[in-house]
Amino acid sequence: MQVLPCPFCGPRSEGEFHFAAETGKTRPDTTRDVSAEKWAAYLFDQTNEKGVTREIWIHLPCAEVFVMSRDSVTMDVLGTETLRKLPT
Amino acid sequence: MSGTRLSSGGLIDRARRIDFNFDGRSMHGFGGDTLASALLANGTGIVGRSFKYHRPRGVWGGWFDEPNAIFSVRTPKGSLPNVLGTTTALAPGMDIRSVNAWPNAGFDVKGGLDLFSPWLKAGFYYKTFMKPDWHLFEPMIRRMAGLGTLEPDMVEGYTADQVHAQCDLLVVGGGAAGLAAAEAAARQGKTVWLVEDHDTLGGGLYRMGDRIEGLQPTDWVAARKAAIEDAGGRILTHTTAFGVFDHRLYGLARQSAVDVAPTLYRLRAKECLLASGAIDRPVTFGNNDLPGIMSLEAGLEYLGRYGVRVGNAIAIAANHAQAASAAARLSEAGAKVSLFDPAKGDLAASGRRGVKALRQGKRAEAVDCVLASAGWTPVLHLWRHAGGKLRWDEALATFLPAEAPAGMRAIGAANGTFDLDQALAEARAFAMGEPYSQATTRFTLTPTLPKPGAKGRQWIDFQHDVTLKDIELAERENYVSVEHLKRYTTLSMASDQGKTSNIPGLAAMAALTGKTIPEVGTTTFRPPFVPVPLALYHGHHGGQNFRPLKRLALENVHRSSGAALGEYGGWLRPAWYGDRPGPEAAQSEARMVRDAGGILDASPLGKIEVMGPDAEAFVNFVYYNTMKTLKPGFLRYGFLLTERGVIFDDGVVFRMGPNRFVISSSSSHAEGVTGMLESWRQDGNDPDRIFVHDTTNHWSTVTVTGPKARDVTRSLGLDVDLSADAFPHMTFRETVWRDVALRIARVSFTGEVSFEISVPASSAKALWTALADAGRPLGVRPMGIEALSILRAEKGFIIIGKDTDGETMPHDLGFTLPRTKKPTTFVGDRGLHTDAANDPDRRQLVGLSAIGDTPLPTGAHLIDGTDRRSFGIVTSSYMSPNVNRPIALGLVERGTQRMGETVTLFHLGQTYQATLTSPVAFDREGARIHA
Repeated sequence: MQVLPCPFCGPRSEGEFHFAAETGKTRPDTTRDVSAEKWAAYLFDQTNEKGVTREIWIHLPCAEVFVMSRDSVTMDVLGTETLRKLPT
Repeated sequence: MSGTRLSSGGLIDRARRIDFNFDGRSMHGFGGDTLASALLANGTGIVGRSFKYHRPRGVWGGWFDEPNAIFSVRTPKGSLPNVLGTTTALAPGMDIRSVNAWPNAGFDVKGGLDLFSPWLKAGFYYKTFMKPDWHLFEPMIRRMAGLGTLEPDMVEGYTADQVHAQCDLLVVGGGAAGLAAAEAAARQGKTVWLVEDHDTLGGGLYRMGDRIEGLQPTDWVAARKAAIEDAGGRILTHTTAFGVFDHRLYGLARQSAVDVAPTLYRLRAKECLLASGAIDRPVTFGNNDLPGIMSLEAGLEYLGRYGVRVGNAIAIAANHAQAASAAARLSEAGAKVSLFDPAKGDLAASGRRGVKALRQGKRAEAVDCVLASAGWTPVLHLWRHAGGKLRWDEALATFLPAEAPAGMRAIGAANGTFDLDQALAEARAFAMGEPYSQATTRFTLTPTLPKPGAKGRQWIDFQHDVTLKDIELAERENYVSVEHLKRYTTLSMASDQGKTSNIPGLAAMAALTGKTIPEVGTTTFRPPFVPVPLALYHGHHGGQNFRPLKRLALENVHRSSGAALGEYGGWLRPAWYGDRPGPEAAQSEARMVRDAGGILDASPLGKIEVMGPDAEAFVNFVYYNTMKTLKPGFLRYGFLLTERGVIFDDGVVFRMGPNRFVISSSSSHAEGVTGMLESWRQDGNDPDRIFVHDTTNHWSTVTVTGPKARDVTRSLGLDVDLSADAFPHMTFRETVWRDVALRIARVSFTGEVSFEISVPASSAKALWTALADAGRPLGVRPMGIEALSILRAEKGFIIIGKDTDGETMPHDLGFTLPRTKKPTTFVGDRGLHTDAANDPDRRQLVGLSAIGDTPLPTGAHLIDGTDRRSFGIVTSSYMSPNVNRPIALGLVERGTQRMGETVTLFHLGQTYQATLTSPVAFDREGARIHA
């Protein structure tokens, strides 16, 4: 059971989080023709990075969606970034 | 073998006599005994039979390293299988049964199996899987193998408590090193936890009984314990650290009595000092599995802790310096002791039901016990769980800690520091964070490893009956990788997980392949370190504590109205009303709705607010259907899709205003839909311009449906014109009723005129009571979910997840327009145009009219008698009280093109006939819904 940091709630138990996706995928512009290969890659291709990864996670109790960097070998959490624009 | 209880010595309480039975014989032990020590004290030699060959087996070890002494135990609370005799405390009235032996361990009718051992070699399973046929052997093997049986009188209420905790320093092991370290760290002000798996602290100090720092072991231990607790440290005895998990989480299992589930501590420790000690390695020699042959450490433990001398004539077969002092200790206890050095020549034991003699070359000694040790193996399981590395030490012929995992260090015997004074110095230095360089150990040995090619059988894994010959066979058949060796021979796969057999097995493979032991490597160490019951992980997380039922605000009202409550999509809801059989009640309520009307608690329907300046574009994007053309005051039915184009949920969308929508998800899916909306809102949109808020539980919804629904609703006296012209289908009004907000919508899941009325949950009872009172004289009464399921099926209305599956797309249900005509992008748009989505053979929603009077079984498959596959399934099936025949919905390949066809269905060996029809069985014109 890992301890994962929610950018808003602080360190919380792994069971409160869901993995959503790897970062770096952009939804293809479906107003234009999108090839089957490109759409399949968007839906299913994963890089499954060994080592440092950047992933999108959701903290269920506060529903915050955020980016977490972690090491998939050592399980070390390297940091989180919010997807929101923070007040300046 | 003839174990004897001495009149003095040990930690047991001779004033507390404990009576018990073993294989039907009455015996007694004392307070502080384990099952094994009590059996040894009673002179019991054979405690069980081996797994495969049913060879007689005696106690081998003194603690968790025991491979043989596994029992079924009956206590006043019930029966327990798989009880390890060496670590389980004896309790009054225990009935202990040997396992894998019938009628008892001393005389086992299957003992003759040993004669057939040449046919039960390594790889037996793998070979018979190939030829002649595993199934010929399977029934016999399944009857023979195993360690005990599950008895019907299992212990009830065996539920583990679970505790979450954290500390600065966890010390694993309450021996000399662990105690010294915990004391030093606690005095520094650290939060220290010390765990020890025995119920007494002191570890190996009682074996030789020597004074430590000038004190008797018991006095020294008491002083350390007091100092640790005075400094605020916490000591848990009878507690095993069984695993290290991610982010420095330690699993601790604290045992009380054998028939009470242990308590699980999930301890998050910043640092850990591993003081888990070392165990004896077996010496591999001929017939080394005979009862009476034990580890040297075990012989000394039974003497030091339990006052039991394990034999009268004892041979010590050890290759190290401790042999002489152990001999002196055992002689002092009255045994006749002879010393053998296994490094000086091959050993062989003889005897049948117990060891009678030990031979080395021409020398033979008549003995009733052999204590063997080929050196000490540090217990480094937790070290490996945490990711620490090991290195092979040639001089000590064992693996020692190398590169440390983050936050863990090993001290004392676990670190190969076998000398007591050095262990204490190391432990204190590490605990204080001071530098310490390991001194050269005074413990020396002559490495003694298994020698392949010997005559006779030499046991490597006692519990799984793996001999040196089996390892030789595995090598000949090229199963040389340790992971293959393990699975092919089942070496180290028994419940002791190779604590004693691992190194001899690896060493044998190294010798056979001409490699070094580090080249051969070890198998992976995984938690748990010792067997723990699954109940430990499970704890109280069952039933309502695992998945709490969602409760209606009106639950008590329903109960007092005689509702039969059931779980529907996580909610506890009225299935039907009245004290009568469910099917009969559902038929009657479904008829009542079409004749007069019904009142339904529809509160679980999702009510998810979507607000903000970008709300319109957002709702339009997440929905399959065009939602931006929806006007305030109107509602629209639609689908949410996954990006694959598969239906995720259905429901209606209320447009409350220019920038505000309420999404009414299906009843069991509000959390899932909220999660999907949040994900799209925050990842891909500007989360400051859209807000999603699930208000499902804030509102209660009561639906009045049926020809008299308008009359019943009129009784509320709302300032809303309820007439069909002023208030048409798929519109809603907001008003105030008895000073609270009220939302009333014309939307129907029954095909009848329906008013779906929502008020804040605190006013639910008033609303329900008002409607029920108004309905009663009109014959409009409460209805449950079972009747609703029939009514919606009569109209061909689907339930997501019941009438759809993980492949169903909107066009399979006849909702084709947005797929080709919606001008803007939406979730799943491209997914609706893949080759699979365009496949003309897709399964489509149909009605099925059964031929005959019996409803089709839900789940029945369409077959055509030629191709052995399913062409579709029945998803919903009921007897309809309103069309007076069985009705069904199904998903069928090319279903919409096959209307009128008669098809064959198959379910559990029976076949059925049905005609494919429109999904709508009742009121095909849909006139009633608009009335």
